[in-house]
Amino acid sequence: MTHTLGRPDFEVIAGWVAPGDRVLDLGCGDGTLLKHLIETRGVNGVGVEIDDANVLSAIANGINIIQGNLENGLEVFADQAFDHVVLSRTLQTVRHTEGILREMLRVGREAVVSFPNFAYWKNLRSVLDGRMPVSEDLPYQWYDSPNVRFFTLLDFEALCERMGLIIRERSVLDEEGNPVTDEVNFLGSLAVYRLTQQR
Amino acid sequence: MPGQSVGAVEAQRAHFEQPLHLRSGGVLPAYDLVYETYGTLNAAKSNAILVCHALSGHHHVAGHYADQPDNIGWWDNIVGPGRPLDTDRFFIVGLNNLGGCHGSTGPSSINPATGQPWGADFPMVAVNDWVHAQARLADRLGIDSWAAVMGGSLGGMQALRWSITFPERVRNAIVIAAAPKLSAQNIAFNDVARQAILTDPDFHGGNYYAYNTRPLRGLRLARMLGHITYLSDDQMGEKFGRELRNSAFSFGFGVEFEVESYLRYQGDKFAGYFDANTYLLMTKALDYFDPSREDDGDLKATMARSQANFLIASFTTDWRFTPARSKEIVAALLASGRNVSYAEIDLNFGHDSFLMDDAHYHGVVDAYLRNIKL
Repeated sequence: MTHTLGRPDFEVIAGWVAPGDRVLDLGCGDGTLLKHLIETRGVNGVGVEIDDANVLSAIANGINIIQGNLENGLEVFADQAFDHVVLSRTLQTVRHTEGILREMLRVGREAVVSFPNFAYWKNLRSVLDGRMPVSEDLPYQWYDSPNVRFFTLLDFEALCERMGLIIRERSVLDEEGNPVTDEVNFLGSLAVYRLTQQR
Repeated sequence: MPGQSVGAVEAQRAHFEQPLHLRSGGVLPAYDLVYETYGTLNAAKSNAILVCHALSGHHHVAGHYADQPDNIGWWDNIVGPGRPLDTDRFFIVGLNNLGGCHGSTGPSSINPATGQPWGADFPMVAVNDWVHAQARLADRLGIDSWAAVMGGSLGGMQALRWSITFPERVRNAIVIAAAPKLSAQNIAFNDVARQAILTDPDFHGGNYYAYNTRPLRGLRLARMLGHITYLSDDQMGEKFGRELRNSAFSFGFGVEFEVESYLRYQGDKFAGYFDANTYLLMTKALDYFDPSREDDGDLKATMARSQANFLIASFTTDWRFTPARSKEIVAALLASGRNVSYAEIDLNFGHDSFLMDDAHYHGVVDAYLRNIKL
Protein backbone atom coordinates (compact mmCIF):
# COMPACT_ATOMS: atom_id res chain seq x y z
CA MET A 1 0.00 0.00 0.00
CA THR A 2 1.43 3.40 -0.93
CA HIS A 3 0.61 6.53 0.99
CA THR A 4 0.50 9.99 -0.51
CA LEU A 5 2.55 12.11 1.96
CA GLY A 6 4.25 8.98 3.34
CA ARG A 7 2.24 9.30 6.55
CA PRO A 8 -0.63 6.82 6.76
CA ASP A 9 -2.12 8.59 9.79
CA PHE A 10 -2.47 11.74 7.66
CA GLU A 11 -4.84 9.88 5.35
CA VAL A 12 -6.96 8.74 8.27
CA ILE A 13 -7.06 12.31 9.59
CA ALA A 14 -7.88 13.74 6.15
CA GLY A 15 -10.80 11.33 5.97
CA TRP A 16 -12.31 12.82 9.14
CA VAL A 17 -12.10 16.42 7.94
CA ALA A 18 -14.93 17.96 5.96
CA PRO A 19 -14.47 20.61 3.28
CA GLY A 20 -14.20 24.10 4.70
CA ASP A 21 -13.52 22.92 8.26
CA ARG A 22 -11.26 24.95 10.53
CA VAL A 23 -8.23 22.84 11.41
CA LEU A 24 -5.48 23.50 13.95
CA ASP A 25 -2.42 21.26 13.58
CA LEU A 26 -0.24 21.16 16.69
CA GLY A 27 3.39 20.33 16.02
CA CYS A 28 2.68 20.74 12.33
CA GLY A 29 6.29 20.49 11.14
CA ASP A 30 6.70 22.11 7.76
CA GLY A 31 2.93 22.17 7.27
CA THR A 32 2.67 19.11 5.00
CA LEU A 33 -0.62 17.87 6.48
CA LEU A 34 -2.21 21.32 6.48
CA LYS A 35 -1.11 21.98 2.92
CA HIS A 36 -2.64 18.65 1.91
CA LEU A 37 -5.89 19.46 3.73
CA ILE A 38 -6.01 22.95 2.23
CA GLU A 39 -5.44 21.61 -1.29
CA THR A 40 -7.75 18.59 -1.07
CA ARG A 41 -10.41 19.72 1.42
CA GLY A 42 -10.29 23.50 1.21
CA VAL A 43 -9.91 23.74 4.97
CA ASN A 44 -9.03 26.86 6.89
CA GLY A 45 -5.78 25.81 8.53
CA VAL A 46 -3.42 27.05 11.21
CA GLY A 47 -0.33 25.27 12.52
CA VAL A 48 1.68 25.50 15.71
CA GLU A 49 5.38 24.60 15.65
CA ILE A 50 8.34 25.27 17.91
CA ASP A 51 11.27 24.50 15.60
CA ASP A 52 12.79 27.44 13.68
CA ALA A 53 13.55 25.48 10.50
CA ASN A 54 10.00 24.08 10.40
CA VAL A 55 8.50 27.54 10.97
CA LEU A 56 10.52 28.86 8.06
CA SER A 57 9.46 25.94 5.82
CA ALA A 58 5.81 26.36 6.79
CA ILE A 59 5.91 30.06 5.93
CA ALA A 60 7.52 29.16 2.61
CA ASN A 61 4.67 26.64 2.13
CA GLY A 62 2.19 29.47 2.59
CA ILE A 63 0.79 27.99 5.80
CA ASN A 64 -0.52 30.13 8.66
CA ILE A 65 1.97 29.13 11.33
CA ILE A 66 2.21 30.24 14.93
CA GLN A 67 5.57 29.61 16.58
CA GLY A 68 5.18 28.38 20.12
CA ASN A 69 5.65 25.65 22.69
CA LEU A 70 2.69 23.31 23.21
CA GLU A 71 3.74 22.83 26.82
CA ASN A 72 2.78 26.46 27.46
CA GLY A 73 -0.78 25.87 26.31
CA LEU A 74 -2.71 27.32 23.44
CA GLU A 75 -3.29 30.77 24.93
CA VAL A 76 -3.42 32.62 21.59
CA PHE A 77 -6.43 30.57 20.47
CA ALA A 78 -9.99 31.36 21.50
CA ASP A 79 -12.45 28.79 22.84
CA GLN A 80 -13.97 26.55 20.16
CA ALA A 81 -12.15 28.36 17.35
CA PHE A 82 -11.61 25.12 15.38
CA ASP A 83 -13.55 22.10 14.19
CA HIS A 84 -10.53 19.81 14.53
CA VAL A 85 -7.37 20.14 16.59
CA VAL A 86 -4.76 17.67 15.37
CA LEU A 87 -1.85 16.31 17.39
CA SER A 88 -0.12 13.76 15.20
CA ARG A 89 2.69 11.62 16.66
CA THR A 90 3.39 14.30 19.24
CA LEU A 91 1.40 13.40 22.38
CA GLN A 92 4.23 11.11 23.52
CA THR A 93 6.61 14.12 23.48
CA VAL A 94 4.40 16.33 25.65
CA ARG A 95 4.96 16.28 29.40
CA HIS A 96 1.55 17.70 30.40
CA THR A 97 -0.59 15.06 28.74
CA GLU A 98 -3.88 15.94 30.40
CA GLY A 99 -3.25 19.65 30.01
CA ILE A 100 -2.73 19.48 26.27
CA LEU A 101 -5.79 17.27 25.76
CA ARG A 102 -7.94 19.72 27.75
CA GLU A 103 -6.52 22.65 25.79
CA MET A 104 -7.22 20.89 22.49
CA LEU A 105 -10.86 20.42 23.42
CA ARG A 106 -11.11 23.98 24.71
CA VAL A 107 -10.03 25.48 21.37
CA GLY A 108 -11.58 22.78 19.19
CA ARG A 109 -14.85 20.88 18.84
CA GLU A 110 -12.87 17.71 18.25
CA ALA A 111 -9.36 16.49 19.05
CA VAL A 112 -7.55 14.20 16.63
CA VAL A 113 -4.64 12.40 18.26
CA SER A 114 -2.20 9.88 16.78
CA PHE A 115 0.58 8.17 18.69
CA PRO A 116 2.85 5.11 18.55
CA ASN A 117 1.59 2.11 20.50
CA PHE A 118 4.22 0.93 22.93
CA ALA A 119 2.44 -2.45 23.27
CA TYR A 120 2.82 -3.25 19.56
CA TRP A 121 4.09 -6.84 19.49
CA LYS A 122 7.43 -5.95 17.88
CA ASN A 123 8.05 -3.37 20.60
CA LEU A 124 7.19 -5.93 23.28
CA ARG A 125 9.47 -8.48 21.69
CA SER A 126 12.28 -5.97 21.56
CA VAL A 127 11.93 -5.29 25.27
CA LEU A 128 11.77 -9.03 25.98
CA ASP A 129 14.99 -9.34 24.00
CA GLY A 130 16.42 -6.76 26.35
CA ARG A 131 16.48 -3.69 24.12
CA MET A 132 14.25 -0.63 23.85
CA PRO A 133 12.23 -0.75 20.62
CA VAL A 134 13.23 1.11 17.47
CA SER A 135 10.64 0.88 14.71
CA GLU A 136 8.85 2.70 11.91
CA ASP A 137 6.69 4.50 14.45
CA LEU A 138 9.26 4.72 17.26
CA PRO A 139 12.25 5.67 15.14
CA TYR A 140 14.56 6.96 17.88
CA GLN A 141 17.27 5.49 20.03
CA TRP A 142 16.48 5.72 23.74
CA TYR A 143 19.16 8.40 24.24
CA ASP A 144 18.04 10.76 21.49
CA SER A 145 14.30 10.28 21.65
CA PRO A 146 12.06 13.33 22.01
CA ASN A 147 9.49 10.99 23.56
CA VAL A 148 8.87 11.43 27.27
CA ARG A 149 5.68 9.37 27.66
CA PHE A 150 5.40 5.72 26.67
CA PHE A 151 1.87 4.30 26.60
CA THR A 152 -0.42 1.85 24.89
CA LEU A 153 -3.87 2.04 23.31
CA LEU A 154 -5.36 0.63 26.51
CA ASP A 155 -3.50 3.17 28.63
CA PHE A 156 -4.74 6.02 26.46
CA GLU A 157 -8.33 4.81 26.50
CA ALA A 158 -8.20 4.51 30.29
CA LEU A 159 -7.01 8.12 30.49
CA CYS A 160 -9.80 9.24 28.16
CA GLU A 161 -12.33 7.52 30.39
CA ARG A 162 -10.87 9.10 33.51
CA MET A 163 -10.96 12.55 31.84
CA GLY A 164 -14.50 12.03 30.55
CA LEU A 165 -13.42 12.24 26.92
CA ILE A 166 -15.57 10.53 24.31
CA ILE A 167 -13.85 8.42 21.64
CA ARG A 168 -15.83 9.07 18.49
CA GLU A 169 -13.62 7.02 16.20
CA ARG A 170 -10.43 5.01 16.34
CA SER A 171 -8.18 3.85 13.53
CA VAL A 172 -5.27 1.49 14.21
CA LEU A 173 -2.48 0.88 11.70
CA ASP A 174 0.37 -1.58 11.44
CA GLU A 175 3.94 -0.59 10.55
CA GLU A 176 3.09 -0.57 6.83
CA GLY A 177 0.14 1.71 7.47
CA ASN A 178 -2.47 -0.94 6.84
CA PRO A 179 -5.58 -0.98 9.04
CA VAL A 180 -5.66 -3.35 12.00
CA THR A 181 -9.01 -4.53 13.33
CA ASP A 182 -8.26 -7.47 15.64
CA GLU A 183 -6.11 -7.46 18.77
CA VAL A 184 -5.36 -3.81 18.13
CA ASN A 185 -3.32 -3.25 21.31
CA PHE A 186 -1.00 -6.08 20.22
CA LEU A 187 -1.01 -5.79 16.42
CA GLY A 188 -1.29 -2.00 16.04
CA SER A 189 1.85 0.13 15.66
CA LEU A 190 0.12 3.51 15.36
CA ALA A 191 -3.26 4.61 16.66
CA VAL A 192 -5.38 7.56 15.56
CA TYR A 193 -8.25 8.74 17.76
CA ARG A 194 -11.05 11.21 17.24
CA LEU A 195 -12.08 12.64 20.62
CA THR A 196 -14.71 14.99 21.90
CA GLN A 197 -16.28 15.81 25.24
CA GLN A 198 -19.67 16.65 26.70
CA ARG A 199 -20.39 20.36 26.55
CA MET B 1 22.77 37.93 4.00
CA PRO B 2 23.37 37.28 0.33
CA GLY B 3 22.21 39.89 -2.14
CA GLN B 4 23.43 43.37 -2.76
CA SER B 5 22.88 46.90 -1.61
CA VAL B 6 20.69 49.14 -3.75
CA GLY B 7 23.76 51.35 -4.21
CA ALA B 8 23.52 55.11 -4.63
CA VAL B 9 20.12 56.61 -3.86
CA GLU B 10 18.59 60.07 -3.76
CA ALA B 11 16.06 61.58 -1.41
CA GLN B 12 12.96 63.19 -2.89
CA ARG B 13 10.55 65.75 -1.52
CA ALA B 14 6.79 65.96 -1.90
CA HIS B 15 4.87 69.09 -0.94
CA PHE B 16 1.23 68.84 0.13
CA GLU B 17 -1.05 71.88 0.14
CA GLN B 18 -4.13 70.04 1.40
CA PRO B 19 -4.47 70.70 5.15
CA LEU B 20 -4.06 67.65 7.40
CA HIS B 21 -6.44 67.52 10.35
CA LEU B 22 -4.72 65.76 13.21
CA ARG B 23 -5.97 63.47 15.94
CA SER B 24 -4.94 66.08 18.53
CA GLY B 25 -7.30 68.62 16.96
CA GLY B 26 -4.41 70.51 15.41
CA VAL B 27 -4.15 71.22 11.72
CA LEU B 28 -1.11 71.30 9.47
CA PRO B 29 -2.08 73.71 6.67
CA ALA B 30 0.62 72.40 4.37
CA TYR B 31 3.60 70.12 4.78
CA ASP B 32 6.51 68.40 3.09
CA LEU B 33 7.42 64.73 3.23
CA VAL B 34 10.88 63.55 2.22
CA TYR B 35 11.09 60.03 0.93
CA GLU B 36 13.23 57.57 -0.98
CA THR B 37 12.25 54.78 -3.35
CA TYR B 38 14.16 51.71 -4.47
CA GLY B 39 13.30 49.37 -7.34
CA THR B 40 10.68 50.00 -10.01
CA LEU B 41 6.93 50.35 -9.64
CA ASN B 42 5.41 47.78 -12.02
CA ALA B 43 2.77 48.64 -14.61
CA ALA B 44 -0.04 47.29 -12.41
CA LYS B 45 1.36 49.31 -9.47
CA SER B 46 0.95 46.20 -7.38
CA ASN B 47 4.49 45.67 -6.12
CA ALA B 48 4.93 48.56 -3.67
CA ILE B 49 6.12 48.03 -0.09
CA LEU B 50 6.03 50.83 2.45
CA VAL B 51 8.73 50.68 5.12
CA CYS B 52 7.78 52.69 8.22
CA HIS B 53 10.46 53.94 10.56
CA ALA B 54 10.70 53.73 14.33
CA LEU B 55 11.41 56.40 16.95
CA SER B 56 14.63 57.82 15.54
CA GLY B 57 14.47 56.61 11.94
CA HIS B 58 13.87 58.41 8.67
CA HIS B 59 13.45 58.09 4.92
CA HIS B 60 16.97 56.84 4.25
CA VAL B 61 16.15 53.15 4.59
CA ALA B 62 18.73 51.67 2.23
CA GLY B 63 21.67 52.40 -0.01
CA HIS B 64 23.99 55.38 0.32
CA TYR B 65 24.23 58.88 -1.10
CA ALA B 66 26.63 59.37 -3.99
CA ASP B 67 28.48 62.12 -2.13
CA GLN B 68 28.26 60.35 1.26
CA PRO B 69 29.34 56.73 0.73
CA ASP B 70 29.38 56.08 4.48
CA ASN B 71 25.82 57.32 5.02
CA ILE B 72 24.14 53.93 4.73
CA GLY B 73 20.39 53.47 5.21
CA TRP B 74 19.17 52.26 8.61
CA TRP B 75 17.73 49.00 7.23
CA ASP B 76 20.12 48.50 4.35
CA ASN B 77 20.75 44.86 5.28
CA ILE B 78 17.21 43.79 4.31
CA VAL B 79 16.71 45.84 1.11
CA GLY B 80 18.30 45.29 -2.29
CA PRO B 81 18.59 42.86 -5.21
CA GLY B 82 18.43 39.34 -3.77
CA ARG B 83 17.62 40.53 -0.25
CA PRO B 84 14.25 39.92 1.44
CA LEU B 85 12.88 43.28 0.25
CA ASP B 86 14.07 42.40 -3.22
CA THR B 87 14.30 45.50 -5.38
CA ASP B 88 14.28 43.29 -8.49
CA ARG B 89 10.72 42.40 -7.55
CA PHE B 90 9.40 45.14 -5.26
CA PHE B 91 9.18 48.91 -5.29
CA ILE B 92 10.19 50.06 -1.82
CA VAL B 93 9.12 53.38 -0.31
CA GLY B 94 10.58 54.88 2.86
CA LEU B 95 9.71 58.30 4.23
CA ASN B 96 10.40 60.58 7.15
CA ASN B 97 7.27 60.99 9.23
CA LEU B 98 5.59 64.28 10.05
CA GLY B 99 7.14 65.79 13.13
CA GLY B 100 10.50 64.32 12.15
CA CYS B 101 13.81 66.11 11.93
CA HIS B 102 15.24 64.69 8.73
CA GLY B 103 13.54 66.90 6.18
CA SER B 104 9.81 66.29 6.55
CA THR B 105 7.83 69.05 8.20
CA GLY B 106 8.44 69.02 11.94
CA PRO B 107 9.07 71.26 14.94
CA SER B 108 12.39 72.49 13.55
CA SER B 109 10.79 73.47 10.20
CA ILE B 110 9.75 77.04 9.52
CA ASN B 111 6.12 77.77 10.33
CA PRO B 112 4.91 79.78 7.31
CA ALA B 113 2.52 81.72 9.56
CA THR B 114 5.34 83.18 11.66
CA GLY B 115 8.51 82.76 9.62
CA GLN B 116 10.03 81.14 12.72
CA PRO B 117 10.60 77.45 13.55
CA TRP B 118 7.41 75.76 14.74
CA GLY B 119 8.99 74.76 18.05
CA ALA B 120 6.41 74.25 20.77
CA ASP B 121 3.61 75.28 18.37
CA PHE B 122 4.03 72.18 16.25
CA PRO B 123 0.86 70.15 16.77
CA MET B 124 0.99 66.74 18.43
CA VAL B 125 0.93 63.99 15.81
CA ALA B 126 -0.44 60.48 16.32
CA VAL B 127 0.41 57.24 14.52
CA ASN B 128 -2.86 57.48 12.60
CA ASP B 129 -1.90 60.98 11.39
CA TRP B 130 1.29 59.52 9.96
CA VAL B 131 -0.74 56.84 8.22
CA HIS B 132 -2.99 59.49 6.64
CA ALA B 133 0.03 61.50 5.50
CA GLN B 134 1.63 58.33 4.12
CA ALA B 135 -1.61 57.58 2.25
CA ARG B 136 -1.38 60.94 0.52
CA LEU B 137 2.16 60.14 -0.52
CA ALA B 138 0.86 56.79 -1.85
CA ASP B 139 -1.77 58.71 -3.86
CA ARG B 140 0.95 60.96 -5.24
CA LEU B 141 2.98 57.91 -6.30
CA GLY B 142 -0.08 56.27 -7.87
CA ILE B 143 -0.15 53.39 -5.37
CA ASP B 144 -3.74 52.31 -4.63
CA SER B 145 -2.80 49.38 -2.48
CA TRP B 146 0.47 48.29 -0.90
CA ALA B 147 1.73 44.78 -1.49
CA ALA B 148 2.95 45.17 2.08
CA VAL B 149 3.34 47.76 4.79
CA MET B 150 6.05 46.85 7.26
CA GLY B 151 8.15 48.12 10.10
CA GLY B 152 9.80 47.33 13.42
CA SER B 153 8.81 48.76 16.80
CA LEU B 154 6.94 52.05 16.21
CA GLY B 155 7.24 51.23 12.50
CA GLY B 156 5.34 47.98 13.10
CA MET B 157 2.63 49.95 14.87
CA GLN B 158 2.20 52.05 11.72
CA ALA B 159 1.83 48.86 9.67
CA LEU B 160 -0.83 47.64 12.11
CA ARG B 161 -2.61 51.02 11.99
CA TRP B 162 -2.52 51.05 8.17
CA SER B 163 -4.37 47.72 8.08
CA ILE B 164 -7.11 49.17 10.29
CA THR B 165 -7.41 52.66 8.82
CA PHE B 166 -7.14 51.68 5.16
CA PRO B 167 -8.06 47.97 5.03
CA GLU B 168 -8.53 47.99 1.27
CA ARG B 169 -5.11 49.53 0.68
CA VAL B 170 -2.95 46.97 2.55
CA ARG B 171 -2.62 43.41 1.24
CA ASN B 172 0.02 42.36 3.79
CA ALA B 173 1.21 43.83 7.05
CA ILE B 174 4.57 42.82 8.52
CA VAL B 175 4.68 43.85 12.16
CA ILE B 176 8.01 43.26 13.88
CA ALA B 177 8.97 43.79 17.55
CA ALA B 178 5.82 45.82 18.18
CA ALA B 179 2.91 45.88 20.64
CA PRO B 180 -0.78 46.69 20.32
CA LYS B 181 -0.30 49.47 22.86
CA LEU B 182 2.30 50.54 25.38
CA SER B 183 2.40 49.15 28.90
CA ALA B 184 2.63 51.36 31.99
CA GLN B 185 6.34 50.50 32.14
CA ASN B 186 6.84 51.55 28.51
CA ILE B 187 5.11 54.87 29.15
CA ALA B 188 7.10 55.36 32.34
CA PHE B 189 10.41 55.02 30.47
CA ASN B 190 9.17 57.47 27.84
CA ASP B 191 8.16 59.97 30.48
CA VAL B 192 11.55 59.89 32.19
CA ALA B 193 13.12 60.54 28.78
CA ARG B 194 10.76 63.44 28.20
CA GLN B 195 11.39 64.87 31.65
CA ALA B 196 15.11 64.88 30.92
CA ILE B 197 14.43 67.10 27.90
CA LEU B 198 11.67 69.24 29.40
CA THR B 199 13.72 70.12 32.49
CA ASP B 200 16.89 70.98 30.55
CA PRO B 201 17.46 74.75 31.06
CA ASP B 202 18.22 74.99 27.35
CA PHE B 203 14.76 73.69 26.41
CA HIS B 204 13.08 77.11 26.66
CA GLY B 205 9.60 75.65 26.48
CA GLY B 206 10.41 74.03 23.14
CA ASN B 207 11.43 77.30 21.47
CA TYR B 208 15.17 76.78 21.92
CA TYR B 209 15.78 77.54 18.24
CA ALA B 210 15.09 81.23 18.97
CA TYR B 211 17.78 81.13 21.68
CA ASN B 212 20.28 79.58 19.32
CA THR B 213 20.74 76.64 21.66
CA ARG B 214 19.51 73.05 22.06
CA PRO B 215 18.67 70.95 25.12
CA LEU B 216 21.60 68.64 24.47
CA ARG B 217 21.95 67.41 28.05
CA GLY B 218 18.32 66.35 28.23
CA LEU B 219 18.30 64.76 24.81
CA ARG B 220 21.50 62.89 25.65
CA LEU B 221 20.00 61.51 28.85
CA ALA B 222 16.80 60.57 27.03
CA ARG B 223 18.78 58.62 24.47
CA MET B 224 20.96 56.92 27.08
CA LEU B 225 17.85 55.75 28.89
CA GLY B 226 16.16 54.66 25.67
CA HIS B 227 19.26 52.85 24.53
CA ILE B 228 19.28 50.69 27.67
CA THR B 229 15.78 49.53 26.84
CA TYR B 230 16.78 48.60 23.29
CA LEU B 231 19.48 46.17 24.41
CA SER B 232 19.24 42.89 26.30
CA ASP B 233 20.85 42.30 29.67
CA ASP B 234 22.78 39.35 28.21
CA GLN B 235 24.07 41.38 25.32
CA MET B 236 25.22 44.22 27.56
CA GLY B 237 26.87 41.67 29.83
CA GLU B 238 28.71 40.05 26.92
CA LYS B 239 29.69 43.35 25.36
CA PHE B 240 30.76 45.28 28.45
CA GLY B 241 30.46 43.13 31.54
CA ARG B 242 32.07 45.09 34.35
CA GLU B 243 35.06 46.04 32.24
CA LEU B 244 36.83 49.18 33.35
CA ARG B 245 38.40 51.69 31.01
CA ASN B 246 41.42 51.73 33.34
CA SER B 247 42.37 48.74 35.38
CA ALA B 248 41.56 50.18 38.83
CA PHE B 249 38.65 52.03 40.42
CA SER B 250 39.12 55.79 40.41
CA PHE B 251 36.48 56.39 43.13
CA GLY B 252 35.02 59.31 41.21
CA PHE B 253 32.06 60.09 38.95
CA GLY B 254 33.90 60.14 35.64
CA VAL B 255 33.62 57.43 33.04
CA GLU B 256 34.93 54.23 34.61
CA PHE B 257 32.97 51.28 33.33
CA GLU B 258 32.95 50.54 29.60
CA VAL B 259 29.16 50.52 29.58
CA GLU B 260 29.17 54.12 30.82
CA SER B 261 31.53 55.11 28.06
CA TYR B 262 29.37 53.41 25.48
CA LEU B 263 26.12 54.95 26.65
CA ARG B 264 27.58 58.44 26.91
CA TYR B 265 29.00 58.10 23.42
CA GLN B 266 25.62 56.96 22.07
CA GLY B 267 23.88 59.80 23.88
CA ASP B 268 26.29 62.42 22.57
CA LYS B 269 26.13 61.11 19.03
CA PHE B 270 22.34 61.14 19.04
CA ALA B 271 22.04 64.56 20.64
CA GLY B 272 24.35 65.86 17.93
CA TYR B 273 21.89 65.25 15.10
CA PHE B 274 18.41 64.64 16.53
CA ASP B 275 15.86 67.30 17.44
CA ALA B 276 14.56 67.25 21.02
CA ASN B 277 11.04 68.34 20.04
CA THR B 278 10.86 65.47 17.57
CA TYR B 279 11.93 63.09 20.34
CA LEU B 280 9.12 64.40 22.53
CA LEU B 281 6.56 64.02 19.74
CA MET B 282 7.64 60.51 18.78
CA THR B 283 7.48 59.24 22.35
CA LYS B 284 4.01 60.74 22.79
CA ALA B 285 2.87 59.10 19.54
CA LEU B 286 4.04 55.81 21.05
CA ASP B 287 2.23 56.45 24.33
CA TYR B 288 -1.04 57.37 22.62
CA PHE B 289 -0.97 54.42 20.23
CA ASP B 290 -3.86 52.09 21.02
CA PRO B 291 -6.09 51.32 18.03
CA SER B 292 -8.37 49.15 20.20
CA ARG B 293 -9.49 52.33 22.01
CA GLU B 294 -11.97 52.78 19.15
CA ASP B 295 -13.58 49.52 20.22
CA ASP B 296 -13.50 49.94 23.99
CA GLY B 297 -10.29 47.98 24.22
CA ASP B 298 -11.49 45.03 22.16
CA LEU B 299 -8.51 44.52 19.86
CA LYS B 300 -10.26 41.62 18.16
CA ALA B 301 -13.06 43.91 17.01
CA THR B 302 -10.48 46.43 15.80
CA MET B 303 -8.46 43.89 13.85
CA ALA B 304 -11.64 42.44 12.34
CA ARG B 305 -11.79 45.62 10.25
CA SER B 306 -8.49 44.80 8.56
CA GLN B 307 -8.38 42.75 5.38
CA ALA B 308 -4.64 42.15 5.20
CA ASN B 309 -2.62 39.01 5.73
CA PHE B 310 -0.15 39.35 8.57
CA LEU B 311 3.34 38.32 9.50
CA ILE B 312 4.05 39.08 13.15
CA ALA B 313 7.58 38.63 14.51
CA SER B 314 9.08 39.15 17.94
CA PHE B 315 12.46 38.52 19.55
CA THR B 316 13.09 36.33 22.57
CA THR B 317 15.37 38.87 24.32
CA ASP B 318 13.22 41.96 23.62
CA TRP B 319 12.04 43.18 27.01
CA ARG B 320 10.71 46.50 25.68
CA PHE B 321 8.05 44.83 23.52
CA THR B 322 8.20 41.21 24.61
CA PRO B 323 6.98 38.24 22.56
CA ALA B 324 3.89 38.24 24.80
CA ARG B 325 2.94 41.68 23.42
CA SER B 326 3.21 40.41 19.84
CA LYS B 327 1.10 37.42 20.80
CA GLU B 328 -1.68 39.78 21.89
CA ILE B 329 -1.80 40.96 18.28
CA VAL B 330 -1.64 37.37 17.02
CA ALA B 331 -4.53 36.30 19.27
CA ALA B 332 -6.69 39.18 18.06
CA LEU B 333 -5.92 38.41 14.42
CA LEU B 334 -6.67 34.70 14.88
CA ALA B 335 -9.93 35.49 16.62
CA SER B 336 -10.96 37.82 13.83
CA GLY B 337 -10.21 35.21 11.18
CA ARG B 338 -7.25 36.91 9.53
CA ASN B 339 -4.44 34.97 7.90
CA VAL B 340 -1.52 35.31 10.27
CA SER B 341 1.88 33.76 10.83
CA TYR B 342 3.96 34.41 13.91
CA ALA B 343 7.70 33.88 14.31
CA GLU B 344 9.44 34.18 17.67
CA ILE B 345 13.03 34.76 16.75
CA ASP B 346 15.84 33.77 19.07
CA LEU B 347 18.27 36.68 18.80
CA ASN B 348 20.39 38.15 21.53
CA PHE B 349 20.11 41.85 20.72
CA GLY B 350 16.98 42.79 22.65
CA HIS B 351 14.58 45.22 20.99
CA ASP B 352 17.27 46.25 18.49
CA SER B 353 17.25 42.69 17.10
CA PHE B 354 14.83 43.85 14.42
CA LEU B 355 17.65 45.80 12.76
CA MET B 356 20.11 42.90 12.78
CA ASP B 357 21.25 40.86 9.82
CA ASP B 358 20.35 37.33 10.89
CA ALA B 359 19.90 34.48 8.42
CA HIS B 360 16.83 32.95 10.09
CA TYR B 361 15.11 36.27 10.77
CA HIS B 362 15.66 37.51 7.24
CA GLY B 363 14.78 34.07 5.92
CA VAL B 364 11.36 34.33 7.57
CA VAL B 365 10.69 37.76 6.04
CA ASP B 366 12.02 36.55 2.69
CA ALA B 367 9.87 33.40 2.68
CA TYR B 368 6.77 35.41 3.57
CA LEU B 369 7.38 38.04 0.89
CA ARG B 370 8.07 35.42 -1.78
CA ASN B 371 4.54 34.10 -1.33
CA ILE B 372 2.96 37.50 -1.92
CA LYS B 373 1.13 37.58 -5.21
CA LEU B 374 1.67 40.79 -7.16
